[in-house]
Amino acid sequence: MATKEIAGNTIDVNEEGYLTNFGQWNEAIAEAIAIEEGIEKLSERHWVVLKYLQDFYKENGTMPTIRKMKKSGVVDTKELYSLFPGGPLKKSSRIAGLKKPESCI
Amino acid sequence: MKNLLILGAGTAGTMMANHLKRKLNKKEWKITIVDQHKTHYYQPGFLFIPFDTYKEKDVIKTKKQFIPNSVEYIEKAIEIIEHDKNIVILKDGTNLSYDILIIATGSKIVPTETDGLAGEGWQKDVFDFYTIEGATALRDKLKNWQGGKFVIHLTEMPIKCPVAPLEFSFLADAFFHKKGIREKVEMTYITPLSGAFTKQNCSNVLGYLLEDKKINLIPDFDVELVNEKDNFIQSYDDQKINYDLLVTIPTNMGDDVIERSGLGDDLNFVPTHKHTLQSKKKENIFVIGDATDLPSSKAGSVAHFQADVLTKNIKNFINGKELVKEFDGHANCFIESGFGKAFLIDFNYDVEPVEGTFPLPIIGPFSLLKESRINHMGKLVFRHIYWNMLLRGLPMPGITTQMSKIGKKL
Repeated sequence: MATKEIAGNTIDVNEEGYLTNFGQWNEAIAEAIAIEEGIEKLSERHWVVLKYLQDFYKENGTMPTIRKMKKSGVVDTKELYSLFPGGPLKKSSRIAGLKKPESCI
Repeated sequence: MKNLLILGAGTAGTMMANHLKRKLNKKEWKITIVDQHKTHYYQPGFLFIPFDTYKEKDVIKTKKQFIPNSVEYIEKAIEIIEHDKNIVILKDGTNLSYDILIIATGSKIVPTETDGLAGEGWQKDVFDFYTIEGATALRDKLKNWQGGKFVIHLTEMPIKCPVAPLEFSFLADAFFHKKGIREKVEMTYITPLSGAFTKQNCSNVLGYLLEDKKINLIPDFDVELVNEKDNFIQSYDDQKINYDLLVTIPTNMGDDVIERSGLGDDLNFVPTHKHTLQSKKKENIFVIGDATDLPSSKAGSVAHFQADVLTKNIKNFINGKELVKEFDGHANCFIESGFGKAFLIDFNYDVEPVEGTFPLPIIGPFSLLKESRINHMGKLVFRHIYWNMLLRGLPMPGITTQMSKIGKKL
């Protein structure tokens, strides 16, 4: 297991830079990971999505699909892409300190 | 007399009918199974139909021949499950009351979920291979197709048999080679996931395959629409991919009756307890196979392992005992890689596919996460095992319900 120094914290991460211990997550870490993902500043809308993901994960133990997010009314797919260009679930889940969404293979 | 009612006579429902007629006391329990369709398809065989390796006759039998005589078989459509009253109402108005209900209504493709998909190009330039109609139409198209942009597209997860789109790509590559037109075909694989394989182990070991076979990969592609007039597919972030021939895996959903009955999630899959297979809504409703919302693969092997656990739990439920939490997400899938070879993967909720041998240490005969000819033979032999053993609920020698760690390099 690798560790990483970020925003003044030491965090446990996997090979792809996803947090492996959500207990270590905080907002400063999220801001720093966002910059690594090419998002200069997390807006209020970003935070709405990130909080939704964290709540969803807490409740279900999995990441929502894009369809679920669309149906949740939290954010539509076009906006999700404009907030997290080039891989919204992959990026938002990393910033939120959650697992990368996976399939079975 | 009490009633146990099974909805759906596909792989999972048929297996349950066969298991339960042996386990339940005939004097106390009447078993009934309902399905509106006559034909039982061997769905793993659909993969081979577009390449004319399998014919229709290889994948088609009647459902009824697999249902035991002591089980009442009703070939009718279901209108609604009135779960508050423990009644299922059929389309013709018949009421079936139950003490225990098993939902095995499966999943199906729903092309209308994607804008433009079920339009003028459907089954002309745009195909699925998850239905017999789609697979045979694609076979007829491929017969005379001379090459061009060949795009394989996965709409969204979850899908039935998650490895099928990749297998299809590998088999198509081999098919075009054999036909002598591979260099005239530009192959592209489009997925909403971050890669063709998203589990780290699979990606490490199998990641080279697409590159090796010169199949372009476009990850993170969430389809917004298909334009069948100008032959392109477009994502929410405005990537456009042109195609001459598009083979797509449309959105998979559970049956409409689940939605009508208020029993499903947003894809009409039934929320189910992960290890016991009891529905979350009602204690006397159980769910098996593709109809569940579980994170296990939607595949026949999974339904087979689930059937062992569910049979125990139906007995436990009847006897007022605690349900066993034994379903571990076990799946076992052959992955055809073309040119007469295949991979085999064996995994569960917690353990990723790893290398090793299966089912026995060292001697196998199948190798895990490695390409081999014998794995391919295994896949072909499996069709006979499916018809003759699996559907009839007979045990498969050497293969355990829970994933075994024996022979695996963990």
